[in-house]
Amino acid sequence: MTSSKDEILSKLRKQSVPPVELPDLEAPELTQRWIQYPDPTAQFAEVLSGVGGVCYQVKDIAEANQKLAELAAFSEARKVCSQISGCGDPNVSIAEITDPHDFEDIDFAILPGEYAVAENGAVWITNDGGPARVLYFLAQHVALFVPASAVVNNMPEAYQRLAFASNSFGTFMSGPSKTADIEQSLVIGAHGARSLSVFLVEDAFQTN
Amino acid sequence: MPSHPQLAAEFIQDKDRAHWHDQSLWFVRSKRDKAAQQLPEWELLREQASQIKQHTVSRLPDLLEEFERNATARGVHVHWARNATEHNEIVHGILKKHNVSRVVKSKSMLTEECHLNPYLERHGIEIIDTDLGERIVQMQNMPPSHIVMPAIHIKKEEIGELFHEKLGTEKGATDPQYLTEAARQHLRQKFIQAEAGITGVNFAIAETGGFVVCTNEGNADLGTSLNKLHIACMGIEKLIPRAGDLSVFLRLLARSATGQPITTYSSHFHGPAPGQEMHIVLLDNGRSEISGSDEFRRSLNCIRCAACMNTCPVYRRSGGYSYSNTVPGPIGSILGPARDPKANSTLPFACSLCGSCTDVCPVKIDLHHQLLTWRKEIRVKGFLPFSKRLSMKMMSWMMQVPRLYKLGGKMARWIVPKLPRFLLYNRLNDWGKQRELPEFPKQSFREWMKQNHDKQ
Ligand code: SF4
Repeated sequence: MTSSKDEILSKLRKQSVPPVELPDLEAPELTQRWIQYPDPTAQFAEVLSGVGGVCYQVKDIAEANQKLAELAAFSEARKVCSQISGCGDPNVSIAEITDPHDFEDIDFAILPGEYAVAENGAVWITNDGGPARVLYFLAQHVALFVPASAVVNNMPEAYQRLAFASNSFGTFMSGPSKTADIEQSLVIGAHGARSLSVFLVEDAFQTN
Repeated sequence: MPSHPQLAAEFIQDKDRAHWHDQSLWFVRSKRDKAAQQLPEWELLREQASQIKQHTVSRLPDLLEEFERNATARGVHVHWARNATEHNEIVHGILKKHNVSRVVKSKSMLTEECHLNPYLERHGIEIIDTDLGERIVQMQNMPPSHIVMPAIHIKKEEIGELFHEKLGTEKGATDPQYLTEAARQHLRQKFIQAEAGITGVNFAIAETGGFVVCTNEGNADLGTSLNKLHIACMGIEKLIPRAGDLSVFLRLLARSATGQPITTYSSHFHGPAPGQEMHIVLLDNGRSEISGSDEFRRSLNCIRCAACMNTCPVYRRSGGYSYSNTVPGPIGSILGPARDPKANSTLPFACSLCGSCTDVCPVKIDLHHQLLTWRKEIRVKGFLPFSKRLSMKMMSWMMQVPRLYKLGGKMARWIVPKLPRFLLYNRLNDWGKQRELPEFPKQSFREWMKQNHDKQ
């Protein structure tokens, strides 16, 4: 008996499908036409607020801490996790947790992001598969920390910087979780985070 | 199976609802237009997307093998299924091996196509749809009526009633914020209790062996990051050659679907996390046949954005259920007959040939041309309904005798404006359904030409 795989493949191989060339996405005549913004950071902040998020531009972690303290979601949070060193005064230690379920009641998570994309307000985050991955989705509120220099114009630029060799998981996150499944009314906070703040930090910072 | 015209007639009986449905979808279509206009390179992107997809289909067997090789190297188990039965058996087999009795699923039209839920439920496995719209229709025991907005046809009063009954929300509550919060609490429970997560696949990358899942709610991510077992189900046409191609598709998908610049979460999975197990099921189920057809091959470009249904004047006024097909609307009316031309013979006629679907399709599928081609095929195969055969015969007979055609026109221009409404707007005149007939001109085109042109 032939396997399903062989049968599907041999059926496809018997067909004569005319060849179509694969476009070269790196060709300058294409890349020159991708959208650029005079101020990508301003564009990012604007688009992010359009999808329900907030962008803060800060000098360093100390300034970020001040901004965080002004956020109701942060000051009212009972359980806080942070992967940014010196940031947010966390009371739950990520390193001690092995089962992602134990993060069930986290109110506020402070996590790193790698790039921000101006055209769509998205931040690229990666995770090597530790339990902390769930925090991006399970915490009630999420703040992402991104180097201020890591704002790109558009998705082609973003993909040029991405590599999939090492991390098993990566996501573009654009704003808080949302749904419009009830009569097209937009509701923020479907399953994931009820709010998303993105901090673009000028000085270098450390993750832990 | 009842035909499209029959089911559509039922839907439009409730005039207010039909109008509301039409308006809701038109609103989404308008958002798509605005989003598309924000990118000056929009047409260029559509061109690239179409070419990438056509290339993929032209090399599908090689790329599928490349994908399998790379995914396997990353520790993913890859399975192949010829049809829905095989697909369901594979999924069930994996769940059984892991002793799983509770599964959370993120939206996947492919598992709808395979009727996976009832199959697993028959085997004693609880499977919960976690996309809010899908959860709503699942509680109603109904399939989605739209591929991106599964509950677009349901009013908030009805959802309030349903949630009151199933989730214990306050009677009469209709506030979307309140109802969504109730669903959030209910579904978070399910996420915590589940032992495995099933997702669909928006794009799979041959070059890296990874795949991408897009949601706004984060349900795919919660379902998979809390569990040790992730099963992803995909049609073989979901492949793209390179990771960089995503830079084209992710720019088009959400803008075309809902007018968002990108979905809230676009998650890239490249192998299981340490201690996790990941499976991918590749499903054919008729796709290889479509790939062999010169006429319909391009329908495999589809990225399931639903722009074609949002814009379709027939879909908007007849509702998703009138198609009796997992994928409704223009693209569904091409894929449906490809699977079963007899059962879906009325679908290619659920089209006004206005071409709006072709205009909005981000991967440039020539939808209305394919629908026209299907009409011919259905006639050749002998599946044309009698009423259509009869009217076409009469038309051709009249067209062949010019004098008769002239006389018919003259009589109609004289008689029709004098007819009482009940004679014009009745069951026998399909053109009088849901619309006013145009005013009849005083002259025929031929007479007008004689008067205004021929004398010059
Ligand atoms: S046919 Fe085109 S417009 Fe319709 S769902 Fe598919 S990709 Fe979208």
